[in-house]
Amino acid sequence: MSKQQPKADNSSIITKLLASVVIMFAFGFALVPLYEKFCEMTGFNGRTSNTAATADGNMQVDESRIITVEFATRTGRGAPWEFKPEVRSIRMHPGEIKVVNFIVENRTGQNRVAQALPSVSPGEASLYLNKTECFCFEQQPLAAGETAIMPMQFYLDPDLPDSIRRFTLSYVMYDITDQVGSGAVTASRSE
Amino acid sequence: MSTVVADSHDAHDEHHDHKPTGIKRWLFTTNHKDIGTLYLWFSFAMFLLGGSMALVIRMELFQPGMQVVDPHFFNQMTTMHGVIMVFGAVMPAFTGLANWMIPLMIGAPDMALPRMNNWSFWILPFAFLILLSSMFMPGGGPAFGWTFYAPLSTTYSTDSTALFVFAMHIMGMSSIMGAINVIVTIMNMRAPGMTYMKMPLFVWTWFITAFLLIAVMPVLAGVVTMVLTDKYFGTSFFDAAGGGDPVLFQHLFWFFGHPEVYIMILPSFGIISAIIPAFARKPLFGYASMVYATASIAGLSFLVWAHHMFTTGMPTFASLFFMYMTMLIAVPTGVKVFNWVTTMWKGAMTFETPMLFALAFVVLFTIGGLSGIMLAITPVDYQYHDTYFVVAHFHYVLVSGAVFSIMAAAYYWLPKWSGVMYDEFLAKLHFWCSLVSVNILFFPMHFVGLAGMPRRYPDYALQFADINAIVSVGGFLFGFSQLIFLWVVIKAARKQGVPAPAKPWEGAEGLEWEVPSPAPYHTFDTPPKVS
Ligand code: HEM
Ligand SMILES: [Cu+2]
Repeated sequence: MSKQQPKADNSSIITKLLASVVIMFAFGFALVPLYEKFCEMTGFNGRTSNTAATADGNMQVDESRIITVEFATRTGRGAPWEFKPEVRSIRMHPGEIKVVNFIVENRTGQNRVAQALPSVSPGEASLYLNKTECFCFEQQPLAAGETAIMPMQFYLDPDLPDSIRRFTLSYVMYDITDQVGSGAVTASRSE
Repeated sequence: MSTVVADSHDAHDEHHDHKPTGIKRWLFTTNHKDIGTLYLWFSFAMFLLGGSMALVIRMELFQPGMQVVDPHFFNQMTTMHGVIMVFGAVMPAFTGLANWMIPLMIGAPDMALPRMNNWSFWILPFAFLILLSSMFMPGGGPAFGWTFYAPLSTTYSTDSTALFVFAMHIMGMSSIMGAINVIVTIMNMRAPGMTYMKMPLFVWTWFITAFLLIAVMPVLAGVVTMVLTDKYFGTSFFDAAGGGDPVLFQHLFWFFGHPEVYIMILPSFGIISAIIPAFARKPLFGYASMVYATASIAGLSFLVWAHHMFTTGMPTFASLFFMYMTMLIAVPTGVKVFNWVTTMWKGAMTFETPMLFALAFVVLFTIGGLSGIMLAITPVDYQYHDTYFVVAHFHYVLVSGAVFSIMAAAYYWLPKWSGVMYDEFLAKLHFWCSLVSVNILFFPMHFVGLAGMPRRYPDYALQFADINAIVSVGGFLFGFSQLIFLWVVIKAARKQGVPAPAKPWEGAEGLEWEVPSPAPYHTFDTPPKVS
């Protein structure tokens, strides 16, 4: 139509631009796993690992430092329980193994299933927090009216940077009964 | 700079200026000038509509306590105001200017893809119809802010979210089509001799903006899709209970959002770079550095998104990275301001309305840039974040920045569009009313923000009452001042005024001034020769 000399074919530019649009759309979705991986490596979002760590037998306890670990708890939206730590905070040395109990009370007359999700702030600390045992590793069946005491055993990696003197470990306890079904709750946990 | 060798006029056959009439002309038009006009009127309508919503907000905030609207409706107003102004007013205005001016500036007969051009405009009104109609749904329209953070937009939103998402998809498609059109036009339709480094800066800035659009609008489309599937299809992108992360929403949104704010300012830079030399009667100082500064701003805009998220508990290294990157953007931005000021230095300046708006832009945009630098300082942002200080910042860059530049452009090119000179008296009245009121409106927001007044609440602590009353008065003055603008534009559109010569501004440069005013329906059917 135009009498000008096109410098390149219109359709080849359009194809490239449309391809870029598709790539950027896919990139948006690719950011989801990339972000997850990135957070895992850097502790960016304060998630802790959901598999048990094994404490190294000849780990050195660093008695020169005392770290304050605070515990925060929250119930997920609409979750019918009372959920709290036995102590609000503890002071510990890096390399020392500690156990803290969390208490959850199912206030309904039904069997429910709970799942706790941990988060650490500042996020960097999550890289040095190693749990050898945690109720958050598994779904927690809660029989009607049951009060459960759930232990969490952990230590801090002696490599913990000096800049971290205090951090918060928080748990949100979600009600996941609707997703998994309450059939999972069989015998009471005391057995 | 350039001369038209073959006057486009002589090349015309009679039937060429023939155009269809009535509604069909506008519905089926593929003419870049018609489509430009449609975009500009549409954006003006959205500007007035979004502005009325802002006045509802200011009415409620005139006094402490709840008086005019309920909090849920207030939230709908802030959301709609933001979405309409960003996607309905500023972006379509720039696309309209691009449609009108880019072919004229590079000596092309039309945009490269005229049929797609028609589509990219005509889907827009439907997007906004859908968005607006969502306000009549049970539970009301979107009320989660223009940033639609999860979980506000997922767990806690009403079903109007589905319409919101759909509308955003359509707006995104429209923008992407517009951007493709601009890129292909600029790459393929330049007149012989119009090399890249001879293109007017408005063309350059739009060229770069179009690439930004191609890069980030698809990401926006992805985020709204994730919101939709999280809300309706059981995915957990942003739901911690299902293994997702609500903070991820903010990363994705601002990965789009920060480049988006540059999408709304780069074309302004182009406009100001056209107007200041014209009225200072001197060529633009540092043309090449302007091009490189624009490109580096665009590049850097991908590396600063988390300055909107300093308070989400990022590790120190990330905060520092984003803080320094953000401050780095001030360097190319400073280069631009320097170049504009230097262009004026010892120029033979006159102060017609386009120049007045351009000068106001330079000063007020810089104020917005400076508050931006303050916000970029991570530790102080902990105090300023989500206060009215942020509101003051982005209104300085967007209203007295982007919107003022659009008004400057409208006055500068109105004679070319309409064929008559606009009413200079009314235009000056519009300028001075806008200039005074915009500062009454936004400047005091800095103070209440620093004093701790949070944004997005329908009520506030008593000690903020006086300043909010002043701000509201400024808001109404600014709002009603825009009716003068409407009046001026309607007068010009109805050809009431002195006929304009081909080049009404003595110092203006560029091919658009070599075609008659009003620009004929078809221009540059024979390409001009650019020397
Ligand atoms: C020197 C340049 C700039 C710097 C350093 C800067 C910095 C910032 C920072 C740090 C924030 C986040 C504040 C907070 O939420 O606590 C912010 C917000 C914002 N900026 Fe800028 N900015 C600059 C220029 C611009 C420009 C040119 C525009 C648009 C034309 C713009 C539009 C916005 C918007 C819309 C927001 C608020 C978004 C929201 O939360 O709703 N900024 N800016
Ligand atoms: Cu930003």
